[in-house]
Amino acid sequence: MAHAADAAHADHHDHLPSFWRRWFYSTNHKDIGTLYLIFGFTAGIVGGLLSIGMRLELQEPGLQFFSNPQAFNVFVTGHGLIMVFFMVMPTLIGGFGNWFVPLMIGAPDMAFPRMNNISYWLTVSAFALMLCSLFVEGAPGSLGFGGGWTVYPPLSTAGHPGPALDFGILALHLAGAASILGAINFITTILNMRAPGMTLHKMPLFAWAMLVTAFLLLLSLPVLAGAITMLLTDRNFGTTFFDPSGGGDPVLYQHLFWFFGHPEVYIMILPAFGIVSHIISTFSKKPIFGYLGMAYAMVAIGVVGFVVWAHHMYTVGLSLQTQAYFVFATMVIAVPTGVKIFSWIATMWGGSIKFNAAMQWAVGFVFLFTVGGVTGVVLANAPVDRYMHDTYYVVAHFHYVLSLGAVFVIFAGIYYWFPKMTGYVFPDWIGRLHFWISFIGANVLFFPMHFLGLSGMPRRYADYPDAFAGWNLVSSIGAYIFVAGLFVFIFGVVYAFNRKEKAAGNPWGEGATTLEWTLPSPPPFHQFETLPRIVETGH
Amino acid sequence: MQGMVTELGRDMSSFHTYLVWLITAICLFVLALIVVIVARFNENRNPVPSRTTHNTLLEVAWTIVPVLILVAIAIPSFRLLRQQLITPPADLVVKVTGFSWYWGYEYPADQGGGFKFDSNMVDAKDLKQGQPRLLTVDNEMVVPVGKTVKVQVTAADVLHSFAMPSFGIKVDAIPGRLNETWFRADAEGVYHGQCSELCGNGHPYMPITIRVVSEQQYAAWLTEAKQKFASTDSLAPVKLATAQ
Repeated sequence: MAHAADAAHADHHDHLPSFWRRWFYSTNHKDIGTLYLIFGFTAGIVGGLLSIGMRLELQEPGLQFFSNPQAFNVFVTGHGLIMVFFMVMPTLIGGFGNWFVPLMIGAPDMAFPRMNNISYWLTVSAFALMLCSLFVEGAPGSLGFGGGWTVYPPLSTAGHPGPALDFGILALHLAGAASILGAINFITTILNMRAPGMTLHKMPLFAWAMLVTAFLLLLSLPVLAGAITMLLTDRNFGTTFFDPSGGGDPVLYQHLFWFFGHPEVYIMILPAFGIVSHIISTFSKKPIFGYLGMAYAMVAIGVVGFVVWAHHMYTVGLSLQTQAYFVFATMVIAVPTGVKIFSWIATMWGGSIKFNAAMQWAVGFVFLFTVGGVTGVVLANAPVDRYMHDTYYVVAHFHYVLSLGAVFVIFAGIYYWFPKMTGYVFPDWIGRLHFWISFIGANVLFFPMHFLGLSGMPRRYADYPDAFAGWNLVSSIGAYIFVAGLFVFIFGVVYAFNRKEKAAGNPWGEGATTLEWTLPSPPPFHQFETLPRIVETGH
Repeated sequence: MQGMVTELGRDMSSFHTYLVWLITAICLFVLALIVVIVARFNENRNPVPSRTTHNTLLEVAWTIVPVLILVAIAIPSFRLLRQQLITPPADLVVKVTGFSWYWGYEYPADQGGGFKFDSNMVDAKDLKQGQPRLLTVDNEMVVPVGKTVKVQVTAADVLHSFAMPSFGIKVDAIPGRLNETWFRADAEGVYHGQCSELCGNGHPYMPITIRVVSEQQYAAWLTEAKQKFASTDSLAPVKLATAQ
């Protein structure tokens, strides 16, 4: 890891823009990062409320709260789309990416500060459109689109004649455009604006993670855009891309969607991998074990992630050879992922570890992501996926890698960078309490879903055969426990802002070796207007 | 997994059990390492951190060993895949069509059939004693025990998916496409599956029920069904699902 020979400090007394200019016309990566974090949290509350609605319904057999399954499936769909596009991505990429990539590489801002702002407001607009879709007709006689985040036709074409999904498609177009522009911004920034002396092989791992993520966004989102535009024209302009009566094929949509959809899940986890490397290194007071292996494992995951999409389609009737190829390619990804897990463990081994809040979330991630990852290996095997596809086993798998993976790292990142971003100390006991409540809640919520899937409970079901009642009840209780943890978190944020205990530039000590820790907390409005020089300290 | 009544299903279930052992071992291994780290390398126990950032032997090992484990998984996996996807010579064919929100079954004339019928879920209020809610249908798909049944599956409107967990089969029902799967059930009984692709309001309300009977009972059922379903109008109006 590189060290700045010339520590940056505030050059002059900054004249801050007016409130309107600062927060609506921002060209400041830190402010835009803050806007994204607040937005992501808000969207997370909305998505979370939808999931509580689902767990309340699924707590017992029969329909108690929803008038029919269509209404339930609108919640299912909204929950998925909101959490993916409006919570995880804006928080990790828009929030932490914007805040810390320029700081870590010693740059004064992103390459395209104004385009950065466009990305943010496009994302907000997209969310507004998505919310609108919930209040207009979808399927005949009901509101909203209820076809799952995957939006498969013909349910999403013939099955939802109302405008709800048209709002949804436009929302995805805007969100996708925002991410593509953001990707351009990150790639240009990282490739061109590293401080003198910071070669790519000296760049922090979070910047590496963001670089790979940006390429995945750039190459996969246009395919999503194509697929949903074809849906839009099938729905409104008489085309039949996915309609067999006009020579089209519903399976074509699935190929196009998942060509985006699989890289999308790596887009959601790669920034988290980068953050975990930073946190583990900082609190073990050791450099990351096998830095180059870590960087290139992320590259390998990104590249291979583009050629495995049809493992989401094992039951559509693909040929033996096709299925065999995708089984093989999917299992290959386990290798670089395993390298990362073992490297994090090897980093901690021999360290002098402080198990504060951020570190607990990060270590929790290492174990829980392993659990989620190995169920992915199970699902990679088409013969077994035949049984598991569209059951709760899949729901368990992706919630382990997302809710107990990416979301745990979001909280880890918040506890790690809260002092830097706000200038205030967040009492550590609150972060640790939040961790333990969430760890218990999330495991009680999602582990039983493996059992439900193994006993055959299908997903996207508002009501289920009575035999599945037991684990569904347990799962719902886990959800309420997890929500209790969120209240602890919110209390902690409010408490920290009230106490106003000032945080040091580097509250974490010798293990925090990246450039953001050389700046005051919070950093000045502009930093690195004189670029830091990176010299080799030799180790 | 559910108990299996096909050999393929049992093989798949055993393979899954083998995988469960493997993944449990891996998770416990990672957990053990973490427990050791928490105990031995917390800052109180170990005030001076090491500076080790490389160990070539370790890095090679943790690349090669996972590859070997994956090969040990892939070999039985590919064998199972071939068994599932290469349909053996079939004793009978049943054509299944997914509708919103029920299944249609067709038995070809040249195999003693020549009729088709719809299979609708029985509403909760009409269930008899002992019939499971959401899984009971009015007309079951009936097949003889110990015979290879080829199932050809399509859909009439939106995507559905024909699943029978205790046989180890699942194949999507796609309009404009004829998919195929097969099974040979070796135990008589009544088996249930549920639609496994989101298809709208009635998605939870279109179960699949297959009754496996002896050859004689099957022959008798064929005769009875030819009569009972002879006048079935396949253009019957769409049945709307009602909340249970």
